[in-house]
Amino acid sequence: MTSSTSSTVTLNINGEKHTLSVDHRTTLLDALRERLDLTGTKKGCDQGQCGACTVLVDGRRTVSCLQLAVASGEREITTVEGVAEGDRLHPVQQAFLDLDGFQCGYCTPGQICSAIAVIEEHAAGWPSAVTEDVRPQAAPPPLTPEEIRERMSGNLCRCGAYVQIVQAVARAAGESRTETEESAA
Amino acid sequence: MREFDYRRADDVTGAVALLGADPDARYLGGGTNLVDLMKTGVERPARLVDVRSLPLDRIEPAADGGLRIGATVTNSDLAAHPVVRERYPALTQAVLAGASGQLRNMATVGGNLLQRTRCGYFADVTKPCNKRAPGSGCPAVGGEHRNHAVLGASEHCVAVHPSDMGVALTAFDATVAYETTDGPGELPLADFYLPVGDTPHRETALPPGALITYVTLPPARLAARSRYRKVRERASYAFAIGSVAAALEVSDGVVCDARLAFGAVASRPWRARLAERVLTGAPATAEYFAAAADAELAAARPLPGNGYKVTLLRNLVVAVLSELAEEATR
Repeated sequence: MTSSTSSTVTLNINGEKHTLSVDHRTTLLDALRERLDLTGTKKGCDQGQCGACTVLVDGRRTVSCLQLAVASGEREITTVEGVAEGDRLHPVQQAFLDLDGFQCGYCTPGQICSAIAVIEEHAAGWPSAVTEDVRPQAAPPPLTPEEIRERMSGNLCRCGAYVQIVQAVARAAGESRTETEESAA
Repeated sequence: MREFDYRRADDVTGAVALLGADPDARYLGGGTNLVDLMKTGVERPARLVDVRSLPLDRIEPAADGGLRIGATVTNSDLAAHPVVRERYPALTQAVLAGASGQLRNMATVGGNLLQRTRCGYFADVTKPCNKRAPGSGCPAVGGEHRNHAVLGASEHCVAVHPSDMGVALTAFDATVAYETTDGPGELPLADFYLPVGDTPHRETALPPGALITYVTLPPARLAARSRYRKVRERASYAFAIGSVAAALEVSDGVVCDARLAFGAVASRPWRARLAERVLTGAPATAEYFAAAADAELAAARPLPGNGYKVTLLRNLVVAVLSELAEEATR
């Protein structure tokens, strides 16, 4: 069998297609930062432990440091650069600003991408490790501070801005709930 | 990282053919463990066969009334599945107790069973390790082993299996189906992991080149009342230092049937069959729950630094079974 150590891959990032040749060892994180100048996504531990590199792949939060670029073709990738609508910040971004959900800001892009997905996962009825009754007939758990802390535990903040991060996620979740109710009404 | 060839498989037959019998090739699922190990040099594959696009991403009812879970189903999808939550709640709890939301979105069921130990000596290529470099020795026995095995280990290796999911699957008698170039096969999860002995580098009974295709759960009425409880050194996003998956059926204050498995105490998820035997027919009280735990843990051989696990497991068993018994009388 002939073997090769690089391939051409087309990455669909924030709605734009980028075709590039990648060494198979390249992670999605390194492709974003080093090849495509999308440096909003941060490299923290590079071992899947800190969450700084969180992006959305097909709408689901993923650590881009453990995702190979060559395996990321035909996926819709959203980075922190792609969550706002033009000049209008995403409600999660706005809440982090309004409530001081960061200090140095290094973990913030990952926190924001993760929080966007947390709000969607919760709205879809996914239980968490702190949900008392996981059975489907149980009422979906309210997004309490305890639920937010558990669901956001894959994103570390060495400045310790956790108190404000929890408040920001709660505020953004409340707003997205209000929007859904309004559009349903 | 060593350079490697990358292939994406579209069907199961193609995947096993691409891997062949090449000992230097690996299947790539979510990559949450494999890619990490490749970065540190613990794994140095020459070829990856990406199996994420295989049509193995469904959870379906099985003919016997149980459940058939595709090997590429993600941890997130397994945990959120309404039938799993309804009929095997301890499985949902176990999966949600593991890793982080990001990792659960990537990680797959097949990969979960095949993930490697998080023993610090295994992860550090500058240290001896019989699992990584057979015959080089086990520094954990006389070194850092606070979170190592108390059951079924040997002088050659005291590493624990890190899975939470596997503990619940073991309690519920799961079977692992696989495909090879010679055809399909299956293994009860109870026989899936090999005893440690003097070959800790041989971890599973899968034939060379086998690809896990499905994990099946038989129907089990008592599993609908089940729990997974995990103890760890921080509140979230950490491996267990001890965990219990349990299901209990109680009638008139007496245990009619029980399932019990332990995590983070052995090289594999540990099914506590001795304890189950003591429980069956016994009064559903804390006293008998403790006696059941003691029967199982009599075989424990703790090291100087991890004796706490025996007490921890005993207390966990009593706590979880007491909660289940109370629930049963409600």
